[in-house]
Amino acid sequence: MPKITIDGREIELPDGQRMNVIEAAKLSGVEIPHYCYHPGLPVVGSCRMCLIETGNCDAKTGEIKMQPKLVPGCTVPATDGLVIVTANEKVRQARAMVEEDLLLRHPVDCPICDKAGECTLQDYYFKYGQASRRTDVMPFTSRKRDLGDVNLFIDRCVLCSRCVRFCAEVSGTAELMIANRGAHEEIDVVPDFPLHNELSGNVVDLCPVGALADKDFLYQQRVWFMRRHRSVCTDCSVGCSIWVEENQDQIYRLKPRENPHVNKWWICNQGRYGYHHVHDANRLAVPRVRKDGKTVDLSWNGLPEELKSKLFTAGHLGGVFSPFISVEEAYLLAKLLRSIDPQAVLAMGPMPRVGEDQKFPGGFVITAEKVPNRRGIEEILGYFMHKVLSFEDFLQEMQRIEFGGVWVSGGYKGPWIEDSAARRFEKIPLLIVQDLFPSSLSERATYQLPAAAFSEREGSYMNRDDRLQTANMAVRPPWGVRAEGSLFWQMLGRKGLYNSRTVLDDLSREVLYFAPAAGPLPDTGLDMKINKLAEVGALTAKTA
Amino acid sequence: MKTDDARIRWVESPKLGMLGKSYLTLFIKGLTTTLGHLFFHKKVTLESPEQRHKVLDPVNYRGVHRLNKDEQGRVKCVACFLCATACPAHCIDIVAEPSPWPDREKYPKVFNIDELRCIFCGMCEQACPVEAIELTSFYDLTGASREEMIFDKEKLLSVFDQTKEREPMPSKRANDAAQDRLKTCPTSGDSS
Repeated sequence: MPKITIDGREIELPDGQRMNVIEAAKLSGVEIPHYCYHPGLPVVGSCRMCLIETGNCDAKTGEIKMQPKLVPGCTVPATDGLVIVTANEKVRQARAMVEEDLLLRHPVDCPICDKAGECTLQDYYFKYGQASRRTDVMPFTSRKRDLGDVNLFIDRCVLCSRCVRFCAEVSGTAELMIANRGAHEEIDVVPDFPLHNELSGNVVDLCPVGALADKDFLYQQRVWFMRRHRSVCTDCSVGCSIWVEENQDQIYRLKPRENPHVNKWWICNQGRYGYHHVHDANRLAVPRVRKDGKTVDLSWNGLPEELKSKLFTAGHLGGVFSPFISVEEAYLLAKLLRSIDPQAVLAMGPMPRVGEDQKFPGGFVITAEKVPNRRGIEEILGYFMHKVLSFEDFLQEMQRIEFGGVWVSGGYKGPWIEDSAARRFEKIPLLIVQDLFPSSLSERATYQLPAAAFSEREGSYMNRDDRLQTANMAVRPPWGVRAEGSLFWQMLGRKGLYNSRTVLDDLSREVLYFAPAAGPLPDTGLDMKINKLAEVGALTAKTA
Repeated sequence: MKTDDARIRWVESPKLGMLGKSYLTLFIKGLTTTLGHLFFHKKVTLESPEQRHKVLDPVNYRGVHRLNKDEQGRVKCVACFLCATACPAHCIDIVAEPSPWPDREKYPKVFNIDELRCIFCGMCEQACPVEAIELTSFYDLTGASREEMIFDKEKLLSVFDQTKEREPMPSKRANDAAQDRLKTCPTSGDSS
C-alpha cells in the first residue's frame, strides 16, 4: 500500500490504482486547484495552477529531500514515499501569479457570463488570487465566435485545451484546435469544418470558465437560481446518470452526473437536449372520456375508482407496458391488472430503434434502442407472464383472444404507433391509453389519461447492462397530469402518497430477480447481474 | 435574575398629595399641548393629491423604479439578474436574450417589476453593476388592477424619460461635478 505525505499528513493510497497527486490529495480532502487537468482526459500540464512542492522520503533513513522547483501536480504520479507540500508561501505565490496572469486579458464580464457562479476562475480567484487586480484593463465584452454546436467567447478562454483534448480523444472527431501562437492563441475550428458531433455538448461542461457556451442554455437562467436533481437519461438504453437542473418547475438544462460504471463524465447531445418535450404545449393535459362519439374532459376526482370498477366489469384484460415507465410503475400496473383479472395478458410496448449503436474512441456508447427500461420491464413481465410478449406478439394475441379491456401505457417522447396498429385496438370496448402526446391510439381510447414525463416522476430504470438506477422527481407535473405511479398506487388501494422506495422494497421481496435492490441503491446504480452470478453459482453447485 | 439579587434596586411610587390625587395639573398640562397644536403649530398634513408632498432629495428618495437609457437611447441593463438575485421580495422578473447590437452581448427581452410586491428597499439599485436600475422620487403610484401594477420594460424606460432631467444618473452627476470643479478651479483656468 503506497504511503504519501501531504502537508505533513501521511496517507495511505488504495492498492493497484494509478493516480496523480491531484487525485491522491482529493482522497485525503486536500484541494489542489487545476484548470487543464481532468480525470477523463490526457494530462498536458499547461495551466500551471496545480504547482506544488514535491520531495521524496528515504524509506530507510526517513530523510526528506525536497525538489528545488515547483512541479505541476497533475504530472506527478503518487508513488510510495512521495512528500508534497500544497500550503506554503511559495505555492501560494505561484497560484496567485497564475491567477493574475490568467486575468490579465480576461474581460471580467461575469455579470453577463453564463458560467458565473460555477466558474473555477471565479472560485479560485477568491480562494487563491490576490486582493486586487494590478492591471488597468477595464471590464469589456468578450469577442464571440460561432464554432458550430457551441459558441466560443474568445477572450474568456484560459487555454486549458480541455475541449481540444476531448474532441481528439473522447469524441474522436478532432474539430477543435488551438490556432496562432503565444499571446494570440485562441480556440478555433478549420473553416467549413465546424464543431459538430454527437458529444459536442460536453465541451461546455468541461470548460472551466465561460468560454464555451451552450446555445440551448445561452442566457436562459443564472446558475445560482437552479436546483439540481439526480436523474437518469431516458433517451437510449445506456441510461446515463444525469442532473436535471430546474427553477420553479421549468427545466433549463441537463448535465452529466459522474458515474464510472455507465457514462463516466459525459452524455450525448440527444440526451442533453432531450428534455424539451417536457414543456411541450401539445402534451395531453386532462383526462378525457369518449362518450357517444364525443370526448369529454374529466377531473381526477373519483376517476381512479371509476376506472377500477370499469376494469372489473370489462372481462378479459390486457396490458401494454411502455419501456419508458419505471420498474416500480410497471410492477404496480402488473399487480393492478392481475388483481382484477388473474389471466390478464401483459406485453411490452413497441421498441423504437434509430440507426445503429455508436461507439466513440473514448469508450462512450449511444445505443440504437431509444428506450431506458427494456430490461426492467422484461423482468417484471417475465415474473408475471413467465415469458416476454413483444408488441407484435400482443397484436397477434388480440386477434386470437377477445379482450374486454386493454390498458396501454405510452410515455414515448415522439410518435410511436402506426395507424394500422392503432386501428386494431378499435374494437376493444374499454381502451385506456396513458400517454404524453396525442396519437392515433389516444384518439381511439375510451379513457385518455395524461402521463408524466421522465422528470416528473420518481422510479428506477434498468439499463441494457442490468444496472438499476433511481431517478428522482425534478419538476412537478403540469396541472391536470398525474404521474403513473401515484395513480396505480391509489387504484391498488394503498394509503398515503406514492413512494417509489416502498414499491421497490415490495418488489425486491416478491420478485427474486430484484432481491439485491432491497438495500439502499447507490447514486451510481446497482449492478443486477449479481443475480446471474448467483444463478451460475446455483447451477455449478447442482452439477457438483 | 432572582428577586434577591443584589443588583436590583427597589423603588417606591411617589406619595401623592391632594393636588396630585386630583390630576388637575396633569390635565392642564395635557390640554396646553392639545390647544397649542390646535392654534399655534404649523400644519404638517397635506391635502393630497391637490397639494404635493415635497421630496427633499430626489436623488436619495426611494420611489418607483426606472430603467436607465444609454446615450443611444438603448436600455442600459445587461440582464445580469443581480437585481433579481438581491431582491428580498422577489418582485423582479427578467428574460434575457442575446442583444441585437454589436457592442453589447446580452440584454433584457422582458423586464418586469411587480410594484405591489416591491418593498422599495433599493437593494436592486445597489446590486446593479451598470447603473441601469434606479429608484426615482415618484411616490404615488396608482392602478386599477394588479396587472397594471406590474411595470414592464417600456413603462420603466418611460419613467426614466420623465425623471432624467430632475434626477440625473450617478455617473452623469459625477461628470457634472467634475466639470464644475474644472470651471471653478483657478489652476486649470490658467493652464488652458
